[in-house]
Amino acid sequence: MHIIESGNVAAATGVKLARAQVIAAYPITPQTPLTEKLSEFVESGQLQAQYIPVESEHSAMAVCIAATSAGARSFTATSANGLLYMNEQLHWAVGARLPIVMCVANRGVGAPWTVWNDQQDTIAQRDVGWIQLYANDHQQIIDTVIKAFKLAQTVSIPVMVCYDGYLLSHTYMPFEQPAQELVDGFLPSFAPRHFLDPNNPGNFNTVTLPDIRPGVDGTMMPGYIEIRHNLQRDLRAAIDVYGDIDRDFARTFGRGGCPFVEQYRCDDAEFVAVAIGSLSYQLRDVIDILRESGMRIGVVGVQMYRPFPSQAIVEALSGRKCVVVFEKALSYGNQGALYADIKAALYPIGQRPQVHNYILGLGGREIKTAQLLDALTLSCTAPDSFGDEPRWIGLKLQE
Amino acid sequence: MAKDDFCEMLSRSTPGPGDGGNTGSWRVLRPVLNAAACIPVKTGRMSCFQCWLYCPDCVVSKTIPPTIDYDYCKGCGICAEECPAGAIEMVPEAEAGPLAKEG
Repeated sequence: MHIIESGNVAAATGVKLARAQVIAAYPITPQTPLTEKLSEFVESGQLQAQYIPVESEHSAMAVCIAATSAGARSFTATSANGLLYMNEQLHWAVGARLPIVMCVANRGVGAPWTVWNDQQDTIAQRDVGWIQLYANDHQQIIDTVIKAFKLAQTVSIPVMVCYDGYLLSHTYMPFEQPAQELVDGFLPSFAPRHFLDPNNPGNFNTVTLPDIRPGVDGTMMPGYIEIRHNLQRDLRAAIDVYGDIDRDFARTFGRGGCPFVEQYRCDDAEFVAVAIGSLSYQLRDVIDILRESGMRIGVVGVQMYRPFPSQAIVEALSGRKCVVVFEKALSYGNQGALYADIKAALYPIGQRPQVHNYILGLGGREIKTAQLLDALTLSCTAPDSFGDEPRWIGLKLQE
Repeated sequence: MAKDDFCEMLSRSTPGPGDGGNTGSWRVLRPVLNAAACIPVKTGRMSCFQCWLYCPDCVVSKTIPPTIDYDYCKGCGICAEECPAGAIEMVPEAEAGPLAKEG
């Protein structure tokens, strides 16, 4: 059934269809309507779950950690400073291998205070070990939430589903709401690999010593470095797992097919624009305009950022003349994080394209089609004029 | 998933004395049981055992009288704090004298 609703409600509907059992969240703009909707679903009995109000985001994640440790399918959502307030617990959730799913409505991070959209909040969390998936529209939000629950429990790694604050969270779009029976068939109930079991008591996430050592029952226990190595191994393997899940999803629901990067008019493209999130869809309009003038140009939206789908990135970008990376976030003191990652992925290939970096839209600064048009025209017509420093779009500095 | 895979995924251990290493060497204050005041000893019943229940290192036995494994007791004092009969006293190691070796 198609409904017209906001991106936050698309996310909440995905969580309801996935039958989350414990929800703990603290309201923060622009995520708030998502958690309000979930509390409505629970209150009205449409979702059989415990809704646990908490006094902070740190506690929200602590509740999800505890609930998942007890064997429940858990969900939370946040934005910006709330996400950063969770940081210590985010590391804990992934080190404990708890398949929590969290939505992040992307928002700029203070100071200075801002409630508007950019992607600094989740990009700053890229090295925590959580899987990061980004949605470009409302349909992708609801679909990705459902896929995220399956991915998380398959690999025992928590997943962030990220979408642009306001641009997606608060705008209304039609999207297909999957039928509950189909979701139930696609997403089996949560059977945790490890949980607090009174019949098989254990200490979880105990102190590890620098070296391996035998436990009290004589079995050799891994040390910290082994557990972290295995997390990295399982994260890299999660790329293929997500590919399989996306294929299953497409078979069941008829949507999907580009889990890692989404290409638009790229077949014969010499030039490719790259962006994460709704900006990649905004760029499609610009690509259409440039195509009319005969320019062979396309756009790639990056849907999975961690683990970084290096192979899909290389396949999408190798053989191009120039790749132009637009980012609403920075690795401060260096460059755009995606830009640096893309350059690293392209380094081993023979004929490397030129790669340019634009920073734009921070703190919700409006991104105008004309600005994107100018930027891409400059990259295509004078590709050699670019250095390695990112250029900024739409800055209004006082001379 | 096989149990072996599960064990390599996270730090997990079976509860028991010694899981944290030879923690008895950390001890500054030693819990000493005054059996005459201990509820199971006085009543002859398997009752109370708050010391056994609260010990974070599983070093107090659920026996009459309760015994304390000093190899692994790190002297945290929770048993003395929780004992409703005040039967456990925390004595500085320097004043407590040598420990009797078992066996």
